Amino acid sequence: MPTSPSDPAALTATTDLAVIGAGPAGLAAAVTAARLGLRVTLLDTAERPGGQYYRHPAASLGATRPEALHHDWRAFTTREAALRAHEAAGRITYLPRHHVWTVVPADEPGTWTLHAVAGHAPDETPTTLRTRRVLLATGAYERQLPFPGWTLPGVVGAGGAQAMLKNNLVLPGRRVVVAGSGPLLLAVAGSLAAAGATVPAVVEAASYTAYAPQTPALLRNPAKLAEGATYGGALLRHGIRLLTRHAVTEAHGTTRVEAVTIARLDKDWRPLPGTARRIPCDALAVGHGLVPQLELATGLGCATLQAPDGTVALELDAAQRTSVPGISSAGETGGIGGAQLALTEGEIAAHAIAGRPVPAALTRRRARLRAFAAAMAAAHRPGSGWTDWLREETDVCRCEEVPAGRIREAAEELGARDARTVKLLTRAGMGWCQGRMCGPAVAALAGEAPAPDRRPFSCPVPLRHLAALPPTEPAPPGP
Amino acid sequence: MRSPRELVGGSPAATYPIAFDGRELPAQEGQTVAAVLWAAGILAWRSTRQGGTPRGAFCGIGSCYDCLVTVNGRPNQRACLVPARPGDTVTTQEGTGHADLAV
Repeated sequence: MPTSPSDPAALTATTDLAVIGAGPAGLAAAVTAARLGLRVTLLDTAERPGGQYYRHPAASLGATRPEALHHDWRAFTTREAALRAHEAAGRITYLPRHHVWTVVPADEPGTWTLHAVAGHAPDETPTTLRTRRVLLATGAYERQLPFPGWTLPGVVGAGGAQAMLKNNLVLPGRRVVVAGSGPLLLAVAGSLAAAGATVPAVVEAASYTAYAPQTPALLRNPAKLAEGATYGGALLRHGIRLLTRHAVTEAHGTTRVEAVTIARLDKDWRPLPGTARRIPCDALAVGHGLVPQLELATGLGCATLQAPDGTVALELDAAQRTSVPGISSAGETGGIGGAQLALTEGEIAAHAIAGRPVPAALTRRRARLRAFAAAMAAAHRPGSGWTDWLREETDVCRCEEVPAGRIREAAEELGARDARTVKLLTRAGMGWCQGRMCGPAVAALAGEAPAPDRRPFSCPVPLRHLAALPPTEPAPPGP
Repeated sequence: MRSPRELVGGSPAATYPIAFDGRELPAQEGQTVAAVLWAAGILAWRSTRQGGTPRGAFCGIGSCYDCLVTVNGRPNQRACLVPARPGDTVTTQEGTGHADLAV
């Protein structure tokens, strides 16, 4: 094993379970596994536990009421307290600011080596860790569908605006339109308004009547309905209009956003002629649901499936195991489902990994929440007509500045039938973000459902760290 | 006017200046570089390689790389992840941030 300058203690023994990600799923799994007697190492990229959902300000920012920005804050604080207690007792090694960039089989059969980058440039250091079992709780990032003007400063992710607010107590503007699709928009609009922004409208492309066929799944989840009512109440209280079956089809401005055009949509999300109107604003928070973050899993060869929202998610069994023995997963990686489901799946995975029977209550709760998530995902799945928002010159790939016209040319004239061929012909998805932002859009323009992500590294790794790997280590999985 | 600070209460442990393109901006200990810029009403701190168009923070969680910036002379740092430290010098990044290499 290579030595680790950053954390020699982590190398001295093979840990029972490495949990990657300290969001709701990973945090719940780590504390449950520790309680059941496993030695756990919890690695996370952030400074503090909680993941994207329970993001909160650094202690040095002095927030006395962080719960004002959260739903069900107690679910987090009880588990964070458990984490600290297990840490103090030596049952959990918690490694914040550690970004695991690959997981590979170790030389001893049945064990795994994790490679991570610890800390921030220019002081980042390499770390390796050996473990018997791995739980991937890597969560999700936001799905974006491009439109003219979406690269203007002031156009930000809806989840991004929420993250910056929760983490740093800042807003992108004073008058912020919230748009896209999915229940996250309601939470974001409520948070922005509570923090002092004016939110003229929430612009939702789907119709909430799309939930109607799913009534049984809704009725089995009264807590979810109550949560929805909370968000609805917040909109009313702040005077925020909810426009369903509408989309922002263009953002206007020169150096930053000054207004957006919204239009009514048909059931396939195609803008209806003659319905366009302008809303002045100085920021737009936009997002179209979430995408499971799967690099580590697909690098290991874990099987995937298409979730009801059209994203690629991991195929998991009743014990939260992936198709690769020794690798489990919980939370958004198995399909977008929200924090309560992630907490439940984390606890289920921990029981299974510890060789304990999974409490029936957890299994029932997972089934109920998964049914709700599936209903919601189907209701907000993007309609095929969204590509009508694009103009030929609209950049689809933000990193490589590849416009829609070039992608359409690759698909229609050069015969590219999948995102990978489009990438080779146009460089769309070849830039810094490795297709995380444009992937769903490029796949749609190529006429295909999104393929599983294949990214050999899940974050930037300094070349000197790669060069320092000993030759006996198996090579990282190829692209 | 309400503010995020009023919503969550309390006050920062420390406030210190960082430099951005020759301006002095107040940073609160615990904020990222992107947050310090947003708090000052600055939404763009990079221009793209091809079109030279302005960009800033988009995803806010380190996934999109649109917020790349030069910090203390080192280009291509993700402003939404990098903590703002006392005395930092942040400069707008043009293109790759490696104009010296003439690539």
